[in-house]
Amino acid sequence: MQTRLEAPTVEPLDVTEQSVVVDDVVRRYPARSRRDEAVLALDGISVTVARHEVVAIVGPSGCGKSTLLELICGLQQPDRGSVRGEAAVYMPQRDLLLPWASALDNAALALRVAGRRRGEARAQAQPLFDRLGLGGFERQRPDALSGGMRQRVAVVRTLLSGRPLLALDEPFAALDAITRRELQDWLAGVLTAEPRSVVLVTHDVEEALVLADRVIVMSARPGRAVAELAVPWPRPRRATDPRLVALRERALEALAR
Amino acid sequence: MTRRVLAPVLLLAAVLGAWQLYVDSGAVDALILPSPANVASALFNDRALLWSALGPTALEVGAGIGLSVAIGLVLAVSIHLSPALRRAVYPLVVASQTVPIVVVAPLLIFWLGFGLAPKLAIVALICFFPIVVNTLDGLADVDPGLLKVMRTLGATRWQTLRRVELPSALPGAFSGVKISVAVAVIAAVLAEQAGAEKGLGELLVLSNAELDSARSYAAVVVLSIFAILLFSSLALLERRLLPWANRTQRGGRP
Repeated sequence: MQTRLEAPTVEPLDVTEQSVVVDDVVRRYPARSRRDEAVLALDGISVTVARHEVVAIVGPSGCGKSTLLELICGLQQPDRGSVRGEAAVYMPQRDLLLPWASALDNAALALRVAGRRRGEARAQAQPLFDRLGLGGFERQRPDALSGGMRQRVAVVRTLLSGRPLLALDEPFAALDAITRRELQDWLAGVLTAEPRSVVLVTHDVEEALVLADRVIVMSARPGRAVAELAVPWPRPRRATDPRLVALRERALEALAR
Repeated sequence: MTRRVLAPVLLLAAVLGAWQLYVDSGAVDALILPSPANVASALFNDRALLWSALGPTALEVGAGIGLSVAIGLVLAVSIHLSPALRRAVYPLVVASQTVPIVVVAPLLIFWLGFGLAPKLAIVALICFFPIVVNTLDGLADVDPGLLKVMRTLGATRWQTLRRVELPSALPGAFSGVKISVAVAVIAAVLAEQAGAEKGLGELLVLSNAELDSARSYAAVVVLSIFAILLFSSLALLERRLLPWANRTQRGGRP
């Protein structure tokens, strides 16, 4: 299999208050063999993310939410419609840290790619590393860190890319329930300290409601937006908040439709 | 520690004991199969001869593996980067392993002379293959998600290779070299048998011709010990250079 590695391409956006505009996008995967069928992953979906807004996308597995994320990152191109926006950085489900590099060097990967020298990159990564509660773990290699700590390092790596838009692909799905809740609170704090535009893909409605300003519910394949819920309360939020519980009911209803 | 040493020592003692009893029982001519005691005395009596023969063979093995590593890594990276090269070169790499070395070795001697060159060619021809295959597997084994991360970070092809793919491939490359070590010793002996003025392979040919089977076996013992030492020093080097790849520690904590 050949891996494509050219630079991601997303058309720049001239509207200043918006981070990304996905407009009526269709994405179809052609059949790979005669026995295979073409898959319509996304069927006319539109999503807009305002600057420093956190938008969560929830949907059943296979609804095309990861496809949508890759389109936003410019890792794929739409078959119809358009994706315009700021440069996005991708954060995959598993932390995927480099096992040979220390936590600090992992966090500073984007700076190294941008051409900084090792010492320079470390010095530049250190303040954020400390501020986000990772101080003391600089020299640990990933295999010495807990799953939660590894995921935090991955988030810092994503932030240090300097990209205005973060594309998070089920970032906490691989963690146990307790660690997941801990990391959700932590991320809520991080986004207050380091505001960014975020597209968060998740299948966890509660996670979406705790973290996002807006939640878009997608239907099963082919993916379409079937509901949109505003979550107008400040973070951090409690999942047990009655208002959130009510929204959760609405989201689950939309998912069941 | 004692337990780790005890098992192999006991096994070795059992094998040697059975061998000694078998030869002593007279079921086989001592000229065909020397007893372990005879081999041991040959090892001691011919130690100067064996030692001086080890030098050239060790050089052939060491330089041959060095050459294989260089060829193997360059080939693996080129094949990994270029689909066209993969289609064109990879079949040839596999085909190279079907060359019957025993038959071709004398031809190489005629071509390249009695010196080091044909030995290096033969050792490298056999040894580069596991290095190419294992390095290629390592290069291709990088998680696709990580490649996507690198792309959105704006990494060039070279940066992705240098920062992600090459380090990921190092454990595989090391496995390839470790496999090479064992076959390199056989390759060097084969090359010397086809025509050489010195070395353990040449000593084997001479000892067989003189029906000095004890000395032949002594040469084999020296070859084995050399291979074991080379293999263990590589394993040690791997642990020092790639502590993160230590398989028992892999996976990390939940």
